[in-house]
Amino acid sequence: MPEPPHRRRAHASSSDLERYAGLFAERTRVMRSSAMRDLMAVTARPEVISLAGGLPDTSTFPPQTFAAQMTRIAQESAAEALQYGPTEGFRETVDCIVQVMGAEGMLPDPEDVIVTTGGQQAIDLICKTLVDPGDAVICEAPTYPGAIPVFCSYQADTIQIECDAEGMRIDELEDTLERLEIEGRRPKFIYSVPTFQNPAGVTMSLERRRRLVELARARELLVVEDNPYGLLRFGGEALPPLYQLDGGDFVIYIGTFSKILSPGIRLGWAVTPPPVMEKVVLGKQASDLCTSTLTQYFVREHFAGGRWREYVDSVAEIYRERRDAMLAALERYFPPQASWTEPEGGLFVWATLPPYIDTSDLLAKALREDVAFVPGQAAYVDGRGRNSMRLNFSAGGEEEIREGIRRIGKTIAEQVELYGALTGETPEVAPRSQSRPSDAENVVPFRKAEGA
Amino acid sequence: MKVAVLKGGRSLERGVSLRSGARVEDALERLGHEVLPLEADASLVGRLTEGRPDVAFVAMHGAGGEDGTAQELLEILGIPFTGPGVAACARCIDKVLAKHELRAAGVPTPDWFAFNETAFRELGAGDALGALEQRFGFPLVVKPSRGGSALGIKFAENWFDVPEALVSAFSYDDRVLLERFVDGRELAVSVVGDEALPVVEAIPQEGDAYDFEARYEIGRTSFACPAELPAEQAAAVTEAALAAYGALGCSGFSRVDLILGDEGPQVLEVNAIPGLTDTSLLPQAAEAAGMSFEQLVERILDLALTTANA
Repeated sequence: MPEPPHRRRAHASSSDLERYAGLFAERTRVMRSSAMRDLMAVTARPEVISLAGGLPDTSTFPPQTFAAQMTRIAQESAAEALQYGPTEGFRETVDCIVQVMGAEGMLPDPEDVIVTTGGQQAIDLICKTLVDPGDAVICEAPTYPGAIPVFCSYQADTIQIECDAEGMRIDELEDTLERLEIEGRRPKFIYSVPTFQNPAGVTMSLERRRRLVELARARELLVVEDNPYGLLRFGGEALPPLYQLDGGDFVIYIGTFSKILSPGIRLGWAVTPPPVMEKVVLGKQASDLCTSTLTQYFVREHFAGGRWREYVDSVAEIYRERRDAMLAALERYFPPQASWTEPEGGLFVWATLPPYIDTSDLLAKALREDVAFVPGQAAYVDGRGRNSMRLNFSAGGEEEIREGIRRIGKTIAEQVELYGALTGETPEVAPRSQSRPSDAENVVPFRKAEGA
Repeated sequence: MKVAVLKGGRSLERGVSLRSGARVEDALERLGHEVLPLEADASLVGRLTEGRPDVAFVAMHGAGGEDGTAQELLEILGIPFTGPGVAACARCIDKVLAKHELRAAGVPTPDWFAFNETAFRELGAGDALGALEQRFGFPLVVKPSRGGSALGIKFAENWFDVPEALVSAFSYDDRVLLERFVDGRELAVSVVGDEALPVVEAIPQEGDAYDFEARYEIGRTSFACPAELPAEQAAAVTEAALAAYGALGCSGFSRVDLILGDEGPQVLEVNAIPGLTDTSLLPQAAEAAGMSFEQLVERILDLALTTANA
């Protein structure tokens, strides 16, 4: 299509910027960006093997199926599919959602479900409904990097609770809740990705799930369970979602079609108790009136085929092979000072390096080898995580993953060796968890020491 | 006139360069020039040969564009270009080399030691670090020798911070410098042609250090332009900046970064091709001197055509 006539705005001068800057809302000041964004701009070079993204692989969705589904929509429901829809979403979409949740053992009341523009909007709407500036919000450390800008834009006081191999440390959570209570503060919610967590790849144990749900019930606190990856399981036994354990009184649930069908359709959902739902619906009305009608019709078609689960399983099988390739490559190419998680599902591995390596700087060095990852700092609000990194295995092929890990391993080994030369010490063997020895009984290291 | 704008490249400042380039292209169009936007990649020489611009505006920062590489190619192709020539770029991009030149020319710059990785890996330079404490005390500033902006720059508050800071700095370059920390006001003097523009002061907010995060973000650092300085001090700062610009052989335009502490102005570094983005210091200084961005771009082009770069 030829470019339509348009105006090219002059770039702003610094005095223009000053003028606008004076108008910016307070919440824009806490949004994070720049250095990471500039580094990430370099990772987009085509020659770079990027383990930095979080993209599902959409290449296996059969184009003929897609064509047939969209054709049917065009022939049978063109006018409706091109029209506005209800703010809560179509009942037919909600029926699909109930099926997806049922596959993990959950039985939501369809009335409690709202269809959102991706799971991301669900996080935003929940914050919009619950968070005033300065309110405490609790999440895992590390947490989903995409949740941080949402918490920041609502000016939440974000408190992060350490994660280990069994997910969020509930003992640390209890200590934090005690402390907040003494300060007379009640956190608005506890945000958790309990299953195949982004970024850490860990899954909360059944015991901790039970304790978290009991804790929420006893203290009348809301838990926000974000579960994009639950059906992408490669091994181990499925654990009940927090929502199922709680029954939906104190757990708000967030789901998405992004990882089980397509992120491009921007379709997610939230399940909340009715009084919260009322406000969430008002919030959504203000944000965008309704979720895309067309993509809701697409989901309906996809589920009508009756083979949605088959597609999820086929994708999970591909990811399992890629995870295996990544874990094998880590074992082979990362130095013994590094440790990493071994996810039973999802899209990510989390690696921890010796404390003297700053992974933002390491990324600059790795980019010279044409390989990229997400520096761990992106998953923290407080500058922690400097010696960790998130590695994605869903987006690229096995050979690419192996080569990427080989290159990162090489840059780490160089830094470990250099540190040894600088300090005159033989490189130390890193602890398998960063916790204090006194915590030992409560801590489950990310990766058992036998790999060392 | 047909003007090629070179931008992007592989350096870590690629993003900044793309923003500088876009803004320059825009100004050039307003000035009535024919613009040939060129992202620096493997096809650059081919597209320059094919496009035959009258002059090239180099809006690249960091390795590849600010270190003399692109300038060398332009010289070979006989295309006049903006900003400093090959030799000046090579001196500016390498902070160690630049500091030697500055010191030789009598331009004040903080004391430093430089090491390369080999010294540590093969010659046991770690043992020499102890001497630093006696010479400089703490805090120390640890920097990669090459690389613009504040990437990889760390403060070592004490002895134990040094190895870690070195590992970070060596991520960007195989040579690093340990520099005596000078406490003072952070100033920048942009020079266009032989003329120094008003002094700009960077004032970090909320205790933020003036770092990479703050440097390109509106609201994180505020700038005073012209800086509030007594005439005498402003003159001393400007004099030091012009001396640094001359000592490194700069031409066209550049930006000199200084610290003004108790001992008077000290030059930290010279940016051969400073940022030209919305929040960059050179355009701000030009504006304070009554020069619009278009006028600044036109002046830089004139200088490229009149000085014998090509």
